[in-house]
Amino acid sequence: MGRELYRAIIDGILYGGVYALMAVGLTLIFGVLDIINIAQGILVVLAAYLSYVLSVHLHLDLFLGLLVTIPVMFVLGVGIQVLFMRRLRGRERTSMSLLASYAVMIIIEGILYLGFGPDYVQLSAPYVNSSLHVLGFYLPYIYLYGFGMAVVLVAVLYLMLYRTTFGRSLRATMQDQTAARLIGIDINRVAALAFGIGVAVTAVGGMVFGATNAFNANSGYDLISRLLAIIILGGMGSIGGALAAAVFMSVTEAIVDIWSPTWSVVVFYAALVLVLTLRPQGLLGHREARAQ
Amino acid sequence: MSGDPGGQLTAGRWRAGSMLATPNSRGWAVAAVLLLIAVIFPQVVTNQVVTQIAVDTMLFVAAAVAWNLFSGFSGYISLGHAVFFGTGAYTVGIAAEKWHITGNMEFALLPLAALAAGVVAVPFGLIALRVRRHTFVVVTIAVFFIFQLMAFNLKITGGSVGISAPFLTWAPETFNIPFYYMGLVLAAGVALLSWLIRGSRFGLQLRAIRDDEDRARGLGVRAMRVKLAAFVISGVVTGLVGAVWLFFIGQVLPQYGFDPIFDLSVALMAFFGGFGTLWGPILGALLLEPVEQYLTLQVSNSYASELVWGTLFLLVILFLSRGVIPIAGEKATARRARRERRRAGQPAAAPPTAGSAGTALPGSAEAGAPSGRSTR
Repeated sequence: MGRELYRAIIDGILYGGVYALMAVGLTLIFGVLDIINIAQGILVVLAAYLSYVLSVHLHLDLFLGLLVTIPVMFVLGVGIQVLFMRRLRGRERTSMSLLASYAVMIIIEGILYLGFGPDYVQLSAPYVNSSLHVLGFYLPYIYLYGFGMAVVLVAVLYLMLYRTTFGRSLRATMQDQTAARLIGIDINRVAALAFGIGVAVTAVGGMVFGATNAFNANSGYDLISRLLAIIILGGMGSIGGALAAAVFMSVTEAIVDIWSPTWSVVVFYAALVLVLTLRPQGLLGHREARAQ
Repeated sequence: MSGDPGGQLTAGRWRAGSMLATPNSRGWAVAAVLLLIAVIFPQVVTNQVVTQIAVDTMLFVAAAVAWNLFSGFSGYISLGHAVFFGTGAYTVGIAAEKWHITGNMEFALLPLAALAAGVVAVPFGLIALRVRRHTFVVVTIAVFFIFQLMAFNLKITGGSVGISAPFLTWAPETFNIPFYYMGLVLAAGVALLSWLIRGSRFGLQLRAIRDDEDRARGLGVRAMRVKLAAFVISGVVTGLVGAVWLFFIGQVLPQYGFDPIFDLSVALMAFFGGFGTLWGPILGALLLEPVEQYLTLQVSNSYASELVWGTLFLLVILFLSRGVIPIAGEKATARRARRERRRAGQPAAAPPTAGSAGTALPGSAEAGAPSGRSTR
C-alpha cells in the first residue's frame, strides 16, 4: 500500500507539471485580457493532432516537432485575439469573450472531427513506451521529459514576466489597463502577444498529453474542465496558484485512482466545490472579481 | 423613472423589451396571434418531420425563456443549465424504471422532475452564486462537468448505456402532436411567468442586481435570496423541459442529457433575440432551433453541422450580441423620430416629441438627463 501511494504521488507530480503548463497559459490570458479562453482545451487537442501529423507523415521526432507546433499555435493564438476577442466591447465584454471562445472551441472541434474522424489516436516514439528504473519505480521517459519541459517553460515564462521590459508592461497591463496605456504601453500589442504565448504553451501540453493519452476531438471537454477547475482552485489570474492547484489535482487524482479509477476525477471536482464554499476567491486568489 | 443617470444609461437596453412588455394592445395582439398560429399549426401541417422539429422548437423556446429568466434578468450567465435538463430527464427515466411505470402513466412523473431540478438548483446556486461574473460562468461549467461525469459513472444512471423511457403505444402519425402541445404549454407558461416576474418587485430587484449588485445590496435588496429564487425557478422549468424531452426521444445518454451544446444553444438563442428581453429568447429559439434541427437532419455529417452551428454562434456574438429585437427596436425608434422631426419641420422640436412617445428612450435619455440633473 505504502509503495502504491508513493508511486501515485510521483506520477501525480510528474503529470501535474504538464497540466500546470497548460493552466499557466490560461491564467496568463485571463490575467492580462480578462478573458477566459474556453478554447484552451481543444487547442491542446489541436496541438496534439499537429504533433501527430508531423510524426506520422513527416516522421519528425515529437520534440523536434515542437519547433513547428509552438510557432503555429502562437500565430493561431494571436489570430484569435486579433480577429475575434479584440472586437468585443462594452459592459458584457468578459462574458461575451467567454461565449466567443466557446464558439471557437466548437468550430475547432468540428474541424478536427471532419479532418480526423472520431477514432482515438496516440502519439508514439521510442521514449513513450520505455521507462527509467529508479529505486524500484518505473518512470516512463515521456513523463520525465514532459515534466522537465514544463518546469523549464514555466521558468522561462516566469523570467519573461519578471525580468524583461515586455514582462513589466504585461504585468502593468494586468494590474491596470488604463494606467498602462497612459504610460505609453501598447495595450493591443501586449494583449495579442499574451494571448499568443498563452496558446503557444498548449503546443507542449498537447504533445505530452497526446503521447500519454489516447485522444480524439472530444477530449477537449475533459481537458478544459480540468484546466478551468485548476485556475479557479488556484485563484483566477494567479500563476503560482495555477502551479500549486495543478499538482494538487494531479496527485489527488492519482491517489484516489488506486481505489477507484472512475471516481478519481469526481473527487477532484468535489474538492473544488468544497474549496469554493470556504474560499470563493480560490486558494491563492486575492479578490473574487475586479471592481469594474 | 427616477432621475438616476445610471438607471437611464441602462434603460436603453431594456427599452425594446419593455415596449412589448407593458400590457399595451400591440404586445398582447402579437402574443395572441403567435399563440393562435402555434395552436393551429399541427392541425394544418401534418408532415412528421416538420412536427418533430416543431416539438424540439417548442421545448427550446421554453428552455431559452427559462434561461433568460435567470441569466438575462440577473446578468449572471449560466453555462450549466444542462444540469437541470439532464436531472429532469434522468429523474423521470430512473423513476419509471424503478417503479415499473409504463405507458401514459409516465406523465404523472413530471412533478418529480420539477422537484428534482429544484432540489439540485438550491445547493448548486448556493455555491455558484457566491462568485460573480466570469468566475460564476466557470463554476457553472465545472458543476456541469461533474454531473456529466456522474451520469457516465454512477450505476443508477446506467453509465454510457443511459436510461430508456417507457414505451408509448401511440400511433406514429400522431405521435408528435401531444408532445407539441406539452411543449407549447410549457413555453407559453414560462413566457407568462417571465412577463409577470419582469414587472414585479422581484423582477426589479433582479434587474437592480444586474445593473449594480453592490448598489442594489446597499439599497436593501437581499441579493442572494433573489438570485437563488430566480435560479431555482429557471432550473425547475429546465428540468421539466428535460423530462418531456426524454419521453419524446425515448432514451437519454449522458452526453445528450448533459450536453454542452445545450448550454450554448439556450444562451445563443437568448443573445440572438435579445439578452434580458421578454421576446428575445422566444424569437431566438423560434428562428434558430429549426435551423439547427434542419442542419442536423439535412447535413448527414453531424460534425459539419456542428461546425456551421459554431460559426453561426460566433457571428452572433461578434455582430449581433445586443440582440435582434433591441437593434430592430432602436432602428424603428430612430426612424419614427426622424419622421416626427420631418413632420414638425424643425429639428429642435424632435427630442420632446420623441420623449413624450413614452417608449422612445434614446431620445428621452438625452432629453431627460439634463432635466434630471437640474432637479438635483
